[in-house]
Amino acid sequence: MNLQEYQAKSLLAGAGVAVPRGRIATSPDDADAAAREIDGPVVVKAQILAGARGKAGGIKLAATPEEAAAAAAAMIGRHLVTIQSGPKGDPVETVLVEEQISIARELFLAFTLDRSLGCETVIASASGGMEIEEIAARDPRAVLRESITPGSGIWPFQARTLATGLGLTGRAAQAFHETLRKLLTLFRELDCSLLEINPLAVTAHERIVALDAKIGLDDNAAYRQRLLADTARRDITDPVEREASRIGVSYVHLDGNIGCVVNGAGLAMSTVDILAHLGGHAANFLDVGGGADSAKIAAALRMILQEPAVKTIFVNIFGGILRCDVFAQGLIAGVKLAGANLPIVVRLVGTNRDEGRRILTDSGLPLIVEDDLEAAARRAVAIAAEPARSPDLSPGGAACGSGVAGGN
Amino acid sequence: MGILLNRTSRVIVQGITGKEGSFHAGQMIAYGTRVVGGVTPGKGGTVHEGIPVFSAVSDAVRETGADVSVIFVPPPWAADAICEAAAAGVRLIVCITEGIPVRDTLLAVGEVNAHGARLIGPNCPGLISPAAAAKVGIMPGSIHMPGTVGVISRSGTLTYEVVHQLSARRLGQSTCVGIGGDAVIGTNFVDCLGLFEEDPETEAIVLLGEIGGSAEEEAAAFIKEHVTKPVFSFIAGRTAPPGKRMGHAGAVISHGQGGWAGKAAALAAAGVTVIENPARMGETVAAWFASRQAEKPAAVAAKKPGGRKRGGA
Repeated sequence: MNLQEYQAKSLLAGAGVAVPRGRIATSPDDADAAAREIDGPVVVKAQILAGARGKAGGIKLAATPEEAAAAAAAMIGRHLVTIQSGPKGDPVETVLVEEQISIARELFLAFTLDRSLGCETVIASASGGMEIEEIAARDPRAVLRESITPGSGIWPFQARTLATGLGLTGRAAQAFHETLRKLLTLFRELDCSLLEINPLAVTAHERIVALDAKIGLDDNAAYRQRLLADTARRDITDPVEREASRIGVSYVHLDGNIGCVVNGAGLAMSTVDILAHLGGHAANFLDVGGGADSAKIAAALRMILQEPAVKTIFVNIFGGILRCDVFAQGLIAGVKLAGANLPIVVRLVGTNRDEGRRILTDSGLPLIVEDDLEAAARRAVAIAAEPARSPDLSPGGAACGSGVAGGN
Repeated sequence: MGILLNRTSRVIVQGITGKEGSFHAGQMIAYGTRVVGGVTPGKGGTVHEGIPVFSAVSDAVRETGADVSVIFVPPPWAADAICEAAAAGVRLIVCITEGIPVRDTLLAVGEVNAHGARLIGPNCPGLISPAAAAKVGIMPGSIHMPGTVGVISRSGTLTYEVVHQLSARRLGQSTCVGIGGDAVIGTNFVDCLGLFEEDPETEAIVLLGEIGGSAEEEAAAFIKEHVTKPVFSFIAGRTAPPGKRMGHAGAVISHGQGGWAGKAAALAAAGVTVIENPARMGETVAAWFASRQAEKPAAVAAKKPGGRKRGGA
């Protein structure tokens, strides 16, 4: 989960890290008022989670309150398409109106996790303002890294190494050391997965000011970071993803026409992959998890039915902890609850498979049951490729009745 | 006999009185695993479904001689459970729990390393060595059979899928290790590859990776230098969109890093057979065994006495 810039900055300010003066505004008039409070030239920034806003017109300088209002009017209520937002863009509901800062230098600074080394790491560069990948691509030596031993802090020598590498001296170096220390504390206290300040400005007066802030939170820590988790969840603009987050399943929109219900993340990814491999396109990624009951399955099916292009649903379950018979009962109840009346291909193997299949047969629902992964995926791909939806699947015994009879 | 477990492994279950711990303790015993005790703080001295329960891991180790622990403790207390096991001298700690904050895992891995123990997981199905009748985890025992294919995976049900495909072709497994789907885990591909390379019972290795991080690239570098046995790999998430977390905490392509193509290319360059269709994993491994059989049947038969253990193969 990610926080909006204004939320991240308010947390930085709370931790004693300098940020520009300013506040959010929800209308052009409000932006005008915010600019008057600042009483000087401002910058108006669209509050969306996707990066690369500047190039997409999401960051505008305004010399007067009238200009600030005009900038806000051009952003609020629109969708901003950036290279990171996807083609639909992110809706802008609020803007951040901030004082302009006289910048001497722009640095890059981030705290994140080094998965290979299993530790937290600081990444810094003197070439702030650009994306870090861009900096690394131009000159890998321009990216500085310091690993932090789990449980210990950032040592003074590490702070000195970074400051030297960034070309900071005197008061600026001192301010940088303090900023590092405060940010690491914040990173840990909030269970961040990412805390990125880009750019981190060095002002003409050798102050260190965070001009932007990106905070990603560790989803697994939501139970002990409730306030933040709730805030971030409210910011999930997509209703389906919000619902998934609420009921505790993993759901990702894709742009195809085959809905997917799978247990386990690896198998769910593989299911999407095999559909693509066979020429089909999944409408979604969905891991229902180990404890999928009828309510959860119904909720999952409802989410899939909201995908506009869906023509069929592919259910791929490998029974382990989640027994096939329990899942089959949940599926039948879920199909009825959700009122799903499109073709459903079911592949159910593993613990209590035979019992599960019997339950599917006895349900009388027109489910297409296939044991083999590739055969099942092919069926789903074939149905999705048909020109129009064909609700009647019974001719030729394609529905589960004969399938189950054949499988003893 | 496979890696990490053997017939004399003595297992305790942390969180045995909980729903998951209780159920899976029973399943492990039914498979043949020597479950010698359980731990739930405050419930020491009781007996849960025939298994003695202790309040502390150190008590359990002292009384039962346990050298392996499997953890079914909820996320807020799981890191503590890992550290307690490490401090009590448990050699192999298997953490099934999903949803532990990364910061806790970082600290717990540090403790485990400091005690010279090994952690499998967290967020994993555990491990199983069919020939040793040892199952320490939540995988369905019935799909496994003894054999010579070593399996290492970041996933749960995808591992069951490949095992299902292998067993259907009478290709048994030496050991299957689910290393876990989190961003930080105790034991990685490289550790397991090294163990499988040394294991005389393992003839071929299946490595199930997924998008996110660089564990597959690191595995590829290791394989190139140190692994002589054939390695087969499927990487899940080829079609995953960047920036989206695909179920597992660790399965996300971030800032252009951790994508399928880089992993597949690195593994292929290391001589690994990269499988693109997840329905053909078992078939691909079986084809290698068949071609080897056809090439030099005499050499294989004479290779090692353990070969007869493959029974019906």
